[in-house]
Amino acid sequence: MSTAVLFAIVAVAVVSSAGWDEVKQAFFSRQEFEEAFPDILSAFWTNVQIFLVAEVFILVFALAIAVLRGLPGPVFFPLRALAVVYVDLFRGVPTILVIYILGFGVPALQLPGVPIEPLFWGVVSLVLVYSAYVAEVYRAGIDSVHPSQSAAARSLGLTHGQTLRFVVIPQAVRRVIPPLLNDFIGLQKDTALVGLLGVVEAFRQSQIEVAASFNFTPYIVTAILFIALTIPLARFTDWLIARDKRRQQAGRLA
Amino acid sequence: MSTALQIEGLRKSFGKLEVLRGIDLTLAEHEVVCLIGASGSGKSTLLRCVNLLEPLDAGRIVLRGEEITAGGVDVNVVRRGIGIVFQSFNLFPHMSVVANVTLGPRKALGLSKSEAEARGDELLERFGLAEKRDEYPDRLSGGQQQRVAIVRALAMQPGLLLLDEVTSALDPELVAEVLEVIRELAGEGMTMLIATHEMGFARDVAHRVCFLDAGVILEEGSPSQIFGEPKEPRTQQFLERIVRAGRL
Repeated sequence: MSTAVLFAIVAVAVVSSAGWDEVKQAFFSRQEFEEAFPDILSAFWTNVQIFLVAEVFILVFALAIAVLRGLPGPVFFPLRALAVVYVDLFRGVPTILVIYILGFGVPALQLPGVPIEPLFWGVVSLVLVYSAYVAEVYRAGIDSVHPSQSAAARSLGLTHGQTLRFVVIPQAVRRVIPPLLNDFIGLQKDTALVGLLGVVEAFRQSQIEVAASFNFTPYIVTAILFIALTIPLARFTDWLIARDKRRQQAGRLA
Repeated sequence: MSTALQIEGLRKSFGKLEVLRGIDLTLAEHEVVCLIGASGSGKSTLLRCVNLLEPLDAGRIVLRGEEITAGGVDVNVVRRGIGIVFQSFNLFPHMSVVANVTLGPRKALGLSKSEAEARGDELLERFGLAEKRDEYPDRLSGGQQQRVAIVRALAMQPGLLLLDEVTSALDPELVAEVLEVIRELAGEGMTMLIATHEMGFARDVAHRVCFLDAGVILEEGSPSQIFGEPKEPRTQQFLERIVRAGRL
């Protein structure tokens, strides 16, 4: 109820503001909306593809980094250090800079056999950046599995790798699915950054439409499309978290 | 009688805390040895060292003539031959009972799924767990979970079984079913090293009892000698406390 009242107050304040008529025309033009929507929707398909492809690589690559970071013994120190440096680097540099540096820098090197398509390097950038975050999520999950589980597996004669694969990682992944999905909601939005390299995805397409019509409504179209994509995933994440909570409580009662 | 396990001068510290201060212990084939002593006396650490879950600081361990603490020994191969059962069961919660039991045989011994399941099902049947084969551990009682953990260790067909206070986490009414399994194994001649607080059980099942105190075996002997006429004052004090607590 209080939420509805708040929204009503904000809505009235916006609509009664001095510049509302101009803003309404510039951002919420029905005609512009209908004209821009089909083109932006088809460009949005590129965002979905970027997301789906990047997600698969991130899931695999991040797990490899998390596993490297957990390798035992002094022999593997260089690999552990490499994993730490990687995560520090790609969590530290803003995504937009990674996309600019790789997207414009690498093709300019003109290396034989290396792709020059901006789309390719945009996806690579997203994979590199998001893998750093997701590796940390995996690592938290791996650390949350009690050491007695590893001890039980090793006592059966399983190797470190087998213990990770059959005992630790299956339990770790189950626990980190909600935070993983949260990172993927962020990834869905950041696919728009690939547009900065000139790839015609939804955001770039809306810029093109805006430049042609001098009306900002295409941005609103793009925003609505992103919301339509992220909200189902957000609700699914909420549902998973609630389910885990229920299960934990049930477990405690049992 | 041939020697199954020989521990010589075993020392182990965690940081500044010296948990084991020179353990010498020999088990003959088919012998059941119980380790008794207060919490923190080093019983669990000793078992974990024998299974190479903890690296030793000094000393050596010889299993059937092979020094398993020597450099270059493949610990994964050694562990296949030594079963261990933990106080807190440590079953794999994301796997069914039969998957728990067959994981070691399949992945460490390289058995096929059907071979491993045949072996696992036979053991589950024998210990009255056949109808639980497809359940997940959290659906079982503590006693059932611990019996599954024992079956999981037995499925590797180990030549030595280590039991680390396997009834300490159980409700009192569930203790007997687990002890019954261990008695049965002792009767079949399984070589076992058992850390336990169940003195009555130790007196029944052990061929020999060792009293650990502050990281050394202070006194060892037959159950009747240790429980009947302990020589060391520390052993006497420990057993008096146990009797006063109504546990013997």
